Amino acid sequence: MRLVASDLACVRGGRQVFSGVGFAVDAGEALMVTGPNGAGKSSLLRLIAGLVGVAGGGVALDGGDGELTIGEQAHYLGHQDALKSSLSVAENLAFWANVLGDGTARVGTALAAVDLGSLARLPAIYLSAGQRRRLSIARLIAIARPIWLLDEPTSGLDASGQTMLADLMRAHLAGGGLVLAATHGPIGLDGAKELRLGESR
Amino acid sequence: MTALAALFVRDMRLAVRVGGGALIGVLFFLIVVTLTPFALGPDLALLARVGPAILWLGALLASLLALDRLIAMDHEDGSLDLILTARVPLELAVAAKALAHWLTTGLPLVVAAPLLGFLLNLEPKATGAVALTLLAGTPALTFIGLIGAALTVALRRGGLLLAVLVLPLTVPVLIFGVAASNAAIVGPVPFATPFAILCALTLMSLVVGPFAAAAALRHGLE
Repeated sequence: MRLVASDLACVRGGRQVFSGVGFAVDAGEALMVTGPNGAGKSSLLRLIAGLVGVAGGGVALDGGDGELTIGEQAHYLGHQDALKSSLSVAENLAFWANVLGDGTARVGTALAAVDLGSLARLPAIYLSAGQRRRLSIARLIAIARPIWLLDEPTSGLDASGQTMLADLMRAHLAGGGLVLAATHGPIGLDGAKELRLGESR
Repeated sequence: MTALAALFVRDMRLAVRVGGGALIGVLFFLIVVTLTPFALGPDLALLARVGPAILWLGALLASLLALDRLIAMDHEDGSLDLILTARVPLELAVAAKALAHWLTTGLPLVVAAPLLGFLLNLEPKATGAVALTLLAGTPALTFIGLIGAALTVALRRGGLLLAVLVLPLTVPVLIFGVAASNAAIVGPVPFATPFAILCALTLMSLVVGPFAAAAALRHGLE
């Protein structure tokens, strides 16, 4: 599996966010998207997920399921955590497991993997920012999808949470997955490629 | 559980839990209908004559109240982004949401209508006619509202604009809903004629609503 982007351009609100962006990520590889605020890191991830229209160039996935779009084969972990306050932790995760996966998700194991196993029945409104982020991350492991699009995945996480996320990403890469992460700092992946946005202008 | 069933069940759950607002519409309906006799005065014949229209207007306004939660809340917390990456057509996903919305906000109005009919001096037969037309017509209100909800999704506090957008589109539903109710009560047109058109409007909105809403959401991606 190989994700290739060539000469990508993105326009948001009439402003050219970036243009001429290209990269290739193979199975088992990670790509760190870096750059100053407003360089288009989040826009690039949203564009790959199909949540933002492509203004030029294109993204292609070789070796994926031809019937599905790239977004349908990817996990998108954005700034918003997509959690409903009045649903419990387990209900939130089970809902996304049913919507994004095929209903065979391992909700219990995924919650245990992010250290939320004991809070499964707590309404999500009582979670802290870091716990909400952990619950979002649990989605990545509850449902298997080959591409992970992570937007500042470590924000709100404590040290152990960051180690946990790094371990999960390494396991995902070892299983032949792809990780694209927009980040300002190191997120614990050695040997990751880097794509720097916002310098050509 | 399939993705669509999960969406449907979640929206039902959210509506009936704390802050879900499932009963707000019914309470508003109750208040509008209760205020009418105070405004019109104790003329029982007049109340009975305008009763079906009052019930329909109340139900129409009440159904607008919760519309801005239909899609906007999923947009605000990022759920909509994830629904877009699900392997279900967006048209079906919004249809499932609208169905759950109707069951939690539209159906209670239908159930409440016969009770509120007493306040307007409606005969049992007239009340039954209004409830039947509401049962046939409120899905149209929800699915027409779905289009407005999708169009205003990116606007913070777009509720008022939503009402202004949606209300003109619901005029045919209102006309034929009230016409069918009155036909059943006083005639002279047979009940079936306006009622059939009302059902046709509902069926049309069930088809057009999800496609238009999905198109609006896709177009709004930026």
